[in-house]
Amino acid sequence: MSDDVWILGIHMTKFGKHPDLDTVDLASEAALGALSDAQVTMRDMGVLAAGNLMAAAAGIGQQLQKQIGQTGIPVFNVANACATGATALRTAVMAIKAGEADFGLAVGVEKLAGAGLLSGGTRKQGDHTFTPHGRYGAVVPVDGRIGTETMPGVFAQVGMQYLFEHQYSGTPFELFARISEKNHSHSTLNPLAAYTKKMSLEQIMGDVMIAYPNTRPMCSANCDGAAAAVVVSDAKLKTLSKEQQRRAVKVAASILTSDPWEEACQVLPDVNTLTRNAATQAYEQAGVGPEDLDLVELHDCFATAELVHYDNLQLCEPGGAVDYFESGTTWRDGSLPVNVSGGLESKGHPIAATGIANIWEICQHLRGEGGDRQIEGAKVGLAHVIGLGSACGVHILEKAAA
Amino acid sequence: MQVPLVDYLVLDGEPHLVAHECTSCGARFFDRRNACASCGGTEFRPVDVPTEGVLEAYTIVSFAAPGVPVPFVAGIVDCEGTSVRGNVINVEPDPEHVILGMKVKLTTFPIGTDTEGTEAVGYGFEPA
Repeated sequence: MSDDVWILGIHMTKFGKHPDLDTVDLASEAALGALSDAQVTMRDMGVLAAGNLMAAAAGIGQQLQKQIGQTGIPVFNVANACATGATALRTAVMAIKAGEADFGLAVGVEKLAGAGLLSGGTRKQGDHTFTPHGRYGAVVPVDGRIGTETMPGVFAQVGMQYLFEHQYSGTPFELFARISEKNHSHSTLNPLAAYTKKMSLEQIMGDVMIAYPNTRPMCSANCDGAAAAVVVSDAKLKTLSKEQQRRAVKVAASILTSDPWEEACQVLPDVNTLTRNAATQAYEQAGVGPEDLDLVELHDCFATAELVHYDNLQLCEPGGAVDYFESGTTWRDGSLPVNVSGGLESKGHPIAATGIANIWEICQHLRGEGGDRQIEGAKVGLAHVIGLGSACGVHILEKAAA
Repeated sequence: MQVPLVDYLVLDGEPHLVAHECTSCGARFFDRRNACASCGGTEFRPVDVPTEGVLEAYTIVSFAAPGVPVPFVAGIVDCEGTSVRGNVINVEPDPEHVILGMKVKLTTFPIGTDTEGTEAVGYGFEPA
């Protein structure tokens, strides 16, 4: 008997536009789906961790309980930007590892369809006279005057910074567009993706430019969706049915990091160090290396972000992300498929749901239930999300031993 | 009368940026800090940031919040070891003219005038 934690059941809703479903509808669908997949009920849960960024103060956990079962268990409403889903799962796993629950439920949900451009800063109205406000003593909002607060622009710089640091001499726009081409191609096999249309390189590069080099299809798709997972302790799992044990997926590593201080992090978020740290801790906790992975679902909030995470997650040699991508390795027929779900660019990014939805994808393959997009023989997968501020969640999942 | 867009831009004499430098470890910050995020120190001193640097990252923003004129070039400039955020200006905003690694220098530009006639002045980086 170990102190391992297992995913017993997991579910994601179709990502896309759900105008007739509110946030709690989506969360309920995901949660009830996960409970059903786990063959347990809300009464079995000892802890609930839930996240919803758009209405973070509203207490999505308790709102959900009112729709699926008010059992009086501890509720942790969590928020870590785009790493919220992974944070919810981390919280439930932590409660079980602490011995405070046998079963836990983690839920992430977002309604973001039609949200438009997301940005990190605030654009408050200024006074009629120029008076310094805030920690920078700004007399008017600085967005657009000192750099950009918009997510596509921030992450465009992240990708371009990598190319500068590694003396890239090719065409940045085409390189990043080809990453997007891969993910849009992958999504054609995923019926739950928000977008399932193949897009040619020309279509991607010819689409609306948002922040060079990110065009619209190279940006994560704003949509509605939810995902939920039921986790269980190893001790309790051993008392369940053979089928529940057979389909359980081991959480070999569950890691959360924030960004350690680094010289430039105040002017451009450093999404690299904290991801590298999370990956290192995850590989150590799981007792595996990147060479053991069969598939990866990483945080392609923008095509420019995916490139740097090949390096940060140590899938390639340091500095080798461009060659790694150009070798074809990360396509679904390559040696380490990345984002076979379609990624955030095509599957979609309902923010708080993503950190559990990408684990759902990995579980489909580990259970042999991946259908048309099954990666044959998948035994070990890695899921990664990163939210600005910053927080990084990395989970390593392993198929149950036969 | 002129006021700087942000208080870390100093307009007296040659316009330049001033950072708060932690007296314990040398970490530099542009905004007001309660303690040093690197070492926890609570003493800072003002230091001038070199006005010339190298462009190490950029994006050309075509789509921004209402009221923000586009396109504009947002970038990160390495000013002899201090990374600075700023717009790249006085250059065609396209990848043919904005080049990673290009040398740039600090410059200023007018932001606008308020109801009392005070002019706000911003900073950016232009090709050196």
